Amino acid sequence: MNLAGFAILSALAIASALSVILQRNPVMSALSLVVTIFSLAVAFLSLGTAFLAAVQVIVYAGAIMVLFVFVIMLLDLGRREPFRMTGLSRKLIGLAAAAAFFAQVAASISATGVLGAKPPAPLSPGYGSAADIGRAIFTDYLYPFEAASVLLLAAMVGALVMAKKRIER
Amino acid sequence: MNDPILLHLIRISVILGIFLGCVAYIVWVERKVLGHIQIRVGPKRVGPYGLLQPIADVVKLVSKEDLTPPNAHQWLFRLAPVIAFVPALLSMAVIPFGDTVRILGRDVRIGIADINVGLLYVFAMSSMGVFGIALAGWSSNNKYSLMGSLRSSAQLISYEVSLGLSVLGVVLLAGSFSLREIVEAQARLPFVVLQPVGFLLFIMASSAEIARIPFDLPEAEAELVAGFHTEYSSMKFAMFFMAEYANLVTVSAMAVTLFLGGWQGPFADGPHWFAVKAAAMLFFFIWVRGTLPRYRYDQLMRFGWKFLLPLALLNLLATALAVVIWGGEA
Repeated sequence: MNLAGFAILSALAIASALSVILQRNPVMSALSLVVTIFSLAVAFLSLGTAFLAAVQVIVYAGAIMVLFVFVIMLLDLGRREPFRMTGLSRKLIGLAAAAAFFAQVAASISATGVLGAKPPAPLSPGYGSAADIGRAIFTDYLYPFEAASVLLLAAMVGALVMAKKRIER
Repeated sequence: MNDPILLHLIRISVILGIFLGCVAYIVWVERKVLGHIQIRVGPKRVGPYGLLQPIADVVKLVSKEDLTPPNAHQWLFRLAPVIAFVPALLSMAVIPFGDTVRILGRDVRIGIADINVGLLYVFAMSSMGVFGIALAGWSSNNKYSLMGSLRSSAQLISYEVSLGLSVLGVVLLAGSFSLREIVEAQARLPFVVLQPVGFLLFIMASSAEIARIPFDLPEAEAELVAGFHTEYSSMKFAMFFMAEYANLVTVSAMAVTLFLGGWQGPFADGPHWFAVKAAAMLFFFIWVRGTLPRYRYDQLMRFGWKFLLPLALLNLLATALAVVIWGGEA
């Protein structure tokens, strides 16, 4: 990918990501996140992994963010009072979480050795295709994949239980 | 992919022109066919057989006053019709209308782009359309609009799952997400023969996805005024209207591509077969609209989650088993 394209994409991704946390209106925050997801999808596309780009848009923008917007609309959040973060302890927790996440990402990036002087190995043909990702998920990463499935199932059951209680009350 | 820019531009203009022409005239066809189904004659005053009716409609819509409610979220209100309309047009870009043909000594592919995840691209675009509907209802600041758009969004989210699962059987058989390869895999036998359940599921789920009768709950005017576009007038309304018919054309084109063998047919393959099949699909959708009553909202949700989704999962399982036992490339 050429440098100018990459610069524009990253600028868009970072600006929209900032907009997610700086907007007062939750609907606008959610839409900003959609823009971030789209710029990441285009980044995937420019790296030649069209499957990941399409899945990024379908799953994150098309399913998860639509549900976010749906719930925000359903509960009619943010029309009366804008979102605001209050209290010192909350700010400190947020700061600590952000720092931990940053450290994690920095560690992962340096672990790949991209930052070293050595240029990364050329990608194998078919890298990032549907078949390639499917094989990786069901062989090398089978246990993390299954663990994530169980986690999602547990979250789903939990959501159902909580929603049901509220109706009975 | 090494075509000159000019060829790309010509291809895009021609396909976009035909597509928009279809969108305009499918409205006329629908009014005519519905008229005859209901023993009326349909539009007939503007031009011969009422053929100029779409143009008259456009002129009417353009010249109407463009209202924006004072309490609406100003720029989201303007953005929503665009978000609804643009993805509806973009889906057209990956549909293969015909095989490569020789025109003026050059091999020309009929179809704008041929990407290897074409099917996923269409799904990504169709899932973007939901944002247009959701935002239109929210930004109007009107309770009927909000209720209408909540309903529409819930319906679209629910049926998207079944729609996606219904076409996975085709993907398993063809072994590809590329629409061109899916069509080529049907050279001997259209997938509707191997995937009859998948085809029916696709028709039902996509009718719900584009909000056609019997799933046109978003337009249940008796309870919701006009649903999510209650506050829209003039060209902003026209964009929602066009998006709806563009989606109808896209769904018909997708049904032809995925299940009916695309441009292939007896005697001579070519875009004419695509046109004939797509026209038949469009006629079918209009016929259904003239025949069936509307579901109630709870029936719609029960049908989607308790009938369509399990059936789609079973169909996928059966197809996967068949592919494993008899091998792919049916």
